[in-house]
Amino acid sequence: MHNETLKSMLVELVPLAVFEEGSEWPTIMIEPASWKSLALLLTTTPALQFDFLFCLTCVDWKTHLGMVFHITSTLHRHTVVVKAKLNRDHPEIDTVSDIWKTAEFHEREVYDLFGVKFLKHPDLRRLFLTDDYVGWPLRKDFEDAVNMIKL
Amino acid sequence: MSVSDNKDPITIESQQTEPFPGDVHPTAGGGIVISKLDEVINWARSNSLWPLIFGTSCCAIEMMSTAAAKYDWSRFGFEVARATPRQADVIIIAGTIVNKMAPVLKRLYDQMADPKYVIAMGACATSGGPFFYNTYSVVKGADHIIPVDVYIAGCPPRPEALIHALITLQERIKSGATREQIKVEKF
Repeated sequence: MHNETLKSMLVELVPLAVFEEGSEWPTIMIEPASWKSLALLLTTTPALQFDFLFCLTCVDWKTHLGMVFHITSTLHRHTVVVKAKLNRDHPEIDTVSDIWKTAEFHEREVYDLFGVKFLKHPDLRRLFLTDDYVGWPLRKDFEDAVNMIKL
Repeated sequence: MSVSDNKDPITIESQQTEPFPGDVHPTAGGGIVISKLDEVINWARSNSLWPLIFGTSCCAIEMMSTAAAKYDWSRFGFEVARATPRQADVIIIAGTIVNKMAPVLKRLYDQMADPKYVIAMGACATSGGPFFYNTYSVVKGADHIIPVDVYIAGCPPRPEALIHALITLQERIKSGATREQIKVEKF
């Protein structure tokens, strides 16, 4: 499906959707609270069938944390990007690991490096770093006096 | 363990290495080889070094290339890369060592049988390299964990550089100048 037709379908599905312009794929900006219901819509709507979450990541914008989800449909060959702004002090968003199984490890990685709490995640603990590690190293304000040598 | 009294290790290293240590005294019907046992042992050890398969990042690709047909390190006596430290003589630290990997590296080194030698391949293993500044996870040089005999510059080093390091290690072994040999000599 072409981006324009996909976009008009998404507008039909989510009338209040806010789109971000100027990227390769249609990009929807959402509130964190509505993420789970949107994710369910994207997978279950027969004309969309977004069955593959191929990228789940986080960006520290200093003012907030931005979650970015790249989802594609292996059947219809179309892709959508979903972005959500999280509160930097209490970053919380629903897990989608029950919808896309791959999200389980991706969310653990984001938790490990950014400290985003994924609500109802089945096994939210550190992935790369040791269990006793303190801090979220990919946040812009992260300091490690022992290991870091500042340039 | 013997470094010849009148030669220091550096001059020995720079010389063309002899095929076999010792002198041949011709006698009727043949000859007698006079040599030092230590030198013969070092000569033997230096020409049969079994590396441990240990690669943590892109340097490992160059190491594989060095082992494969085109560069073929077995020409110089490095062969049969072992998958267990119990059977390996030399560990080539091919890649970045992160804090989480450090205890594993230490354990692998401890499990290797004496005599054992260490080559730090590339910038990461030498000093942390591109991860020296502003990193929370990388060990700034493998020599913080285990003693290193030969360092190689490069990111990653070319196979020729690795072969040069291997030959340098051989010459150090022959001249009794590896850390292992120096440590033994002190006792």
